Amino acid sequence: MKNWLSTIQANKRLQAIMIGLYIVVTFLSLYLAQKSVIAFLLLLASLLLLYFTTFSNRIKWLVAGLVMVVLLPFAASQGEAYQSYMEVATLVGIYIAMALGLNIVVGMAGLLDLGFVAFFAIGAYTYGIFATSQANNFMPFGHYPLSGGSFWVFIFIGCLAAALFGILLGIPVLRVKGDYLAIVTLGFGEIIRIIFNNLDKPVNITNGAMGLASVQPPKLFGLDFMYPSQFYYIVLVILLVVIFAVRRLEYSKIGRAWKAVRENEIAAQSMGIHLVRTKLMAFAVGASFSGMMGVVFAAKQTFVDPTSFTLLESITILVMVILGGMGSVPGVILGAALVTILNLQVLTELTNWLNQLSLNGVISIPDALSPAKMQRFIFGAILILFALYRPQGLLPAKNPVFKKEDLTDTSGHPPMNAGVQKEGAQHVHLDS
Amino acid sequence: MVFKKTFSILATATLAVGLLAGCSGGNKDQNASNGGSGGSSGSNVIKIATQTPLSGGSATLGESIKLGAQLALEEQQANFEKLGFKLELVPYDDQGDPKKGVANAQLIGADKQIFGVVGHLNSGVAIPSSEIYEKYSIPMVSPANTATDVTDRGLKTVNRICARDDFQGPAGAKFAIEKLGAKKIFIIQDKTAYGSGLAEAFKKGAEDLGAQVVGFEGITVGEKDFNGVLNQVLAKKPDLVYFGGLYTEGGQLIKQARDKGITVPIMGGDGLDSSTLVQIAGDAVKNVYMTSAAGLTTATDAGKQFAEKYKQKFGKDIESYSAYGYDSMGVLLKGIENAIKENGNKLPSRQQVAEGVRKVQEYEGVVTKVSFDEKGDNKYAKIYIYKFDEAKYPAKLEDEVSKQ
Amino acid sequence: MIEQVLHTLPQVLIDGLALGAVYAIVALGYTMVYGILELINFAHGEIFMTGAFVGTAILLTFSGLGWITSMPAIITLVLVLIVTSVLTGLLGMGIERVAYRPLRNAPKLITLITAIGISFLLQDLVRFITELKNGNYILTGPNLFNKQIGIEASSILSVFNDASVKSSFFIVLGVAIVMMITLDFFVNRTKWGMAMRAVAQDRETAALMTVNVNKVIALTFFIGSALGGATGVLFAVQYGTIDPYIGFILGLKAFTAAVLGGIGNIRGAMFGGILIGLLEMFAAANLPIVSHGVLGAEYKDVFAFAILIIVLIFKPEGLFGKVTVEKV
Repeated sequence: MKNWLSTIQANKRLQAIMIGLYIVVTFLSLYLAQKSVIAFLLLLASLLLLYFTTFSNRIKWLVAGLVMVVLLPFAASQGEAYQSYMEVATLVGIYIAMALGLNIVVGMAGLLDLGFVAFFAIGAYTYGIFATSQANNFMPFGHYPLSGGSFWVFIFIGCLAAALFGILLGIPVLRVKGDYLAIVTLGFGEIIRIIFNNLDKPVNITNGAMGLASVQPPKLFGLDFMYPSQFYYIVLVILLVVIFAVRRLEYSKIGRAWKAVRENEIAAQSMGIHLVRTKLMAFAVGASFSGMMGVVFAAKQTFVDPTSFTLLESITILVMVILGGMGSVPGVILGAALVTILNLQVLTELTNWLNQLSLNGVISIPDALSPAKMQRFIFGAILILFALYRPQGLLPAKNPVFKKEDLTDTSGHPPMNAGVQKEGAQHVHLDS
Repeated sequence: MVFKKTFSILATATLAVGLLAGCSGGNKDQNASNGGSGGSSGSNVIKIATQTPLSGGSATLGESIKLGAQLALEEQQANFEKLGFKLELVPYDDQGDPKKGVANAQLIGADKQIFGVVGHLNSGVAIPSSEIYEKYSIPMVSPANTATDVTDRGLKTVNRICARDDFQGPAGAKFAIEKLGAKKIFIIQDKTAYGSGLAEAFKKGAEDLGAQVVGFEGITVGEKDFNGVLNQVLAKKPDLVYFGGLYTEGGQLIKQARDKGITVPIMGGDGLDSSTLVQIAGDAVKNVYMTSAAGLTTATDAGKQFAEKYKQKFGKDIESYSAYGYDSMGVLLKGIENAIKENGNKLPSRQQVAEGVRKVQEYEGVVTKVSFDEKGDNKYAKIYIYKFDEAKYPAKLEDEVSKQ
Repeated sequence: MIEQVLHTLPQVLIDGLALGAVYAIVALGYTMVYGILELINFAHGEIFMTGAFVGTAILLTFSGLGWITSMPAIITLVLVLIVTSVLTGLLGMGIERVAYRPLRNAPKLITLITAIGISFLLQDLVRFITELKNGNYILTGPNLFNKQIGIEASSILSVFNDASVKSSFFIVLGVAIVMMITLDFFVNRTKWGMAMRAVAQDRETAALMTVNVNKVIALTFFIGSALGGATGVLFAVQYGTIDPYIGFILGLKAFTAAVLGGIGNIRGAMFGGILIGLLEMFAAANLPIVSHGVLGAEYKDVFAFAILIIVLIFKPEGLFGKVTVEKV
């Protein structure tokens, strides 16, 4: 088996053929067998396989782009389940962006945040208030609802508003550490949700528990975005921006500062890292991703109400981050995708399938045990099994590997850590 | 040589995986369309979906709607077989979460064999999900959504057989002020879309009739200790306490209120209409009034029969929402039947079914008569006012208020 | 305004104490486990809930067998408490053995995931069993202590209104105080208690001092879960009706209480629990009066969390927490 794997890894052509074949086969099966959820999931899994190949990054991104932008929608569009697949894909995209945001706060900067969904709520309500006639209640100027064309501007406004709240949240909790931080952020998340639930007196800003209905769909060049298949592309674009930003931040000065703060605050401070600024940056950046996706979510659901922003959501996003591997971007993407697909599609389909079986009399399940109600149980069981058998996460964070030649600067002086070279290795590992 | 061997093995493996995917895809297809012996024999299947919370806090109500609908569907199966169609029920769990509701709605829309939806329980889930039903032209008949926004948006596929909040609230207020002589009223609500909406409507109705609202407080769903709010009630000494919310909190509230010595009448909406209310509150439920959109199921013979059949089939007593679910399914099936007949006994399109359902007039249900108006509201939606004289469910019918 | 607040003060105090006692004991469970393992045991709220269900089930069986009327209520209650505590204690020990011990050396946050998973599992398990046996997952137990006792607070100070209290309140408070005192005595005066404190302070050195770390941890879980289960029974007696979702919210508030008092500190947890109960009750009864109608009673949770945040800003280790000096 090991020989096999190493032969595959050494031979790029073999990998190309395998991956190509796999993508073609799953594409065809989704194209021909429309209702096959398994084919849809396998096509998505091709991205995971792509990750494990050893092509250059550029080729990987190109193939991934091809699959996500062209192949997936095209294959799915041939049948009635099109919108439902795109709905799942869009929601997966939204959750991936939020998980990446939380990854920065928890995974990279080590600040355990249990109230993360509050920023999502802020983004959603920002767009919701101005895109329905709600704003007429308290804004002295302007005519609401704003047209759908303002959606694109609101993505930025939502991003900024959430970042602002991120900083506001960060300031009081700078001195609080570890698990105390968890409960404080949890408190903040709940406070924001309760406030939104109650802000219909004295001034009706959020319409309280009734929620904001009929949010304007986004409009571009006269085209209304109403179907999940159209939102899919918006989400894809934003997700690309987010992933790009996260990658760049991770390997920049601020990214290293976050990791330093996570490992040991005092040591980081003594190395000259500005603690307050670093922590606030983490909160702000993480929050801004959620804010952007909140705006998209509001536009997609066309209805915003506080029940979408409960503590359970925050915990679910945290589970995605930890399950995927804290601090690792591909891990978090995988974790988010898995948890969302599990919750939204796999469990529902499984339930329907079992229901079909019991209707046909193949097996009879007592009502209390019916799979529709056991979803929490199954989710909990899966969490426990994962945690027990793969505690480091699905794709744990790997530290970047630098080649010795790259570290030598151009003037020819040897790098400073030449002395710490390990036996026979050509690479220098920056160990944690 | 090694390369060729590994390549061939890998190629076979990939093909096998792909075939498996295709095969199970085909299987899923078969299962989903229930074609049985393959082929396109799925064209005579009519599926009706129910979307209610089957897990979480309101699961008993969601479950009772599903069971009522199931009973109605199974009774009509023979009828539809004669027309050449096979009826099936597909239950979905929206968990009271709008996101899940929307995702399920997309799945429902994707399944071309589903021609109607009985649901939801929570107005907050119904509103976004119905936008999706509208896009796919799938008619939705709601047994329990009372928020005005549900039909006020003017969607062609959204209908409801229960009364609206802006009818139930003022009707309750009128009874409280005129029949019970309440001049000072303390209102408590559970801060959900249902509870808030109902309490606001009641407040407006009460103020319009000249009563004084001495308090308007909220409680949180899931809490069990309401002593704080009840202390406020004690301090304000109202003539009546109104609660907008569901029976889980309502039962506890009533029990704790009586324990504190609050003896004034307590009134609530149709969210209290459940046998579990009596189970939770026990003897404290005396002198509690309730407005509900469901008539006494056991008052009519048809109702008694329904209760019997329900108990026999499911082993549980009926809840008021069971009857709503039953009638919603009945109306939906009537609309489908009309659409089939209008289409020359062939399978109608979803659009035709939606129109057929909206056109249903003078349908005699087990608890209510149904005629939809141009917004999808039920013209015959009546409000019934009940009083609990003893710790027994169902309560005594005091009064009826109709729309005219 | 002050007068209105004073009118209801005795009643608010009593109700707050009742609520606070429940929070305090559940907070004890959280704080004990955290002290030893540095683990936020999310599943503790569900253990509390399981205790409530087990207790109610036993009470229902007793009343079905007709034993309730033949024994004085106090004896029944004590019996049920003991049986439930033992059962939930064993449940807690089992959970630790199966789900937490293998992960003792894993990154800390993974145990959080396991705890969340167990919490979901227990919720659904209890719901499913209750629904199977009862048809409905809401369970109402038999009424045990229902007499209303009036307290003439107006005789103390004329501005106080009379308060009325259910007799179950005294039972709950009494049992709670007994449990807290016993725990305090156990932790501070016995050998096993000393072993627990040692393991909480420094696990490896305690092991070097011939303390059986695994046994101590198992004992901690047993005691914490037993207390949680007993509180569940008290809760069921106090409120009468339970459902599988009470553990979540209550666990959250109790955890807040534990943090407020300084997590890891047993006396702090007790104090924090009672404080949060009193604050919540005070806010629920008086917020509209104090804020002239702007804030309603639904802001009581916000109030409790806000107090927590303010305390933590000024004293980041909690009220009684030890200031840990961090060395690099």
